[in-house]
Amino acid sequence: MKRYTIIKNSFQAAFPYTIPIFAGFWFLGLTYGIYMNVSGFSFIYPMIMSFIIFGGSLEFVAVSLLLGAFNPIQAFTMTLMIQARHLFYGISMLEKFKDTGWKKKYLIFGMCDETFSINYTANIPKDVDTAWFMFFVTALNHLYWVFGSTLGGILGSFIHFDTEGLDFVMTAMFIVIFLEQWLKEEKHYTALIGIAVSVLCLILFGANNFMIPTMLMILLLLTVFKNPIDNKEDKSASAL
Amino acid sequence: MTLTQQIVTIGVCVLGTMITRFLPFIVFSSNKPTPAYIQYLGRALPSAIFGMLVIYCLKNVEILGNTHGLPELIAIIAVIGLHMWKRQMLLSIAGGTVLYMVLVQVVF
Repeated sequence: MKRYTIIKNSFQAAFPYTIPIFAGFWFLGLTYGIYMNVSGFSFIYPMIMSFIIFGGSLEFVAVSLLLGAFNPIQAFTMTLMIQARHLFYGISMLEKFKDTGWKKKYLIFGMCDETFSINYTANIPKDVDTAWFMFFVTALNHLYWVFGSTLGGILGSFIHFDTEGLDFVMTAMFIVIFLEQWLKEEKHYTALIGIAVSVLCLILFGANNFMIPTMLMILLLLTVFKNPIDNKEDKSASAL
Repeated sequence: MTLTQQIVTIGVCVLGTMITRFLPFIVFSSNKPTPAYIQYLGRALPSAIFGMLVIYCLKNVEILGNTHGLPELIAIIAVIGLHMWKRQMLLSIAGGTVLYMVLVQVVF
């Protein structure tokens, strides 16, 4: 296949997967841009921050960091706490990102929740180049986010729109991705661990502090129950 | 905050984010075989992560609030139902979202 055809086919395969993200990021980005605007920042801020951070929840928190007293140590610690879940994404993508060449650095750079979820679960057709597919998913999502937040930063408080509830599009997408993964696997131990531990920690630690305990507990349970979760691998290994 | 302080603050956010995204790839470079335990985590983690992300999206739902989380519950059931029925990702997401918007704007 010619290089142009490879690129075109990958784009055509990737684009439909990003449509829900288009809706969600357009809305969330706009909200974030407006929030920055009414907090007194020029649209340059949300534009640049969306481009180089590309992580929604941290960018919202960063607004309050920028409005508060200068404290880079606190900003750094908060960033690590909020973004720690990316470590899990990286571990899950070690194999899939192999052999992606020059695109690898960008794929890692742009790996937000949504991009990771799509790139991990998408059924990429055999005749489509995996690296280019993941590249386009990443780049389109990145573009939507920068576009939405810049627009919000420019329009600011001028716009009033009744889109209450539109943010559910992200929840719906993660439910579908969770479901797809559920239907693909034979055993559901880890899916159930993810749900149960998150609910438990949410109740125990509250909405603002439950992610780190959740991740530690997931790691602990996956380690303790490695054998029942992974016993297929163990059998084939012991047979060798 | 001065402009320099703002740049430092934003820079620190970028640095922290990139550490969390790049660290696994730096520690387990593709030149060396990845340890078996990490490979196992790479297989076992995603399902748990997707469960965690669903709960993360729902973290601000107040079960004891006015609506008792009913719009969310109904919309979630609709998303699952639609998806089991047609297995069309976009249809399930759009259907559930539109239903949720109607629920929070008109019904509740």
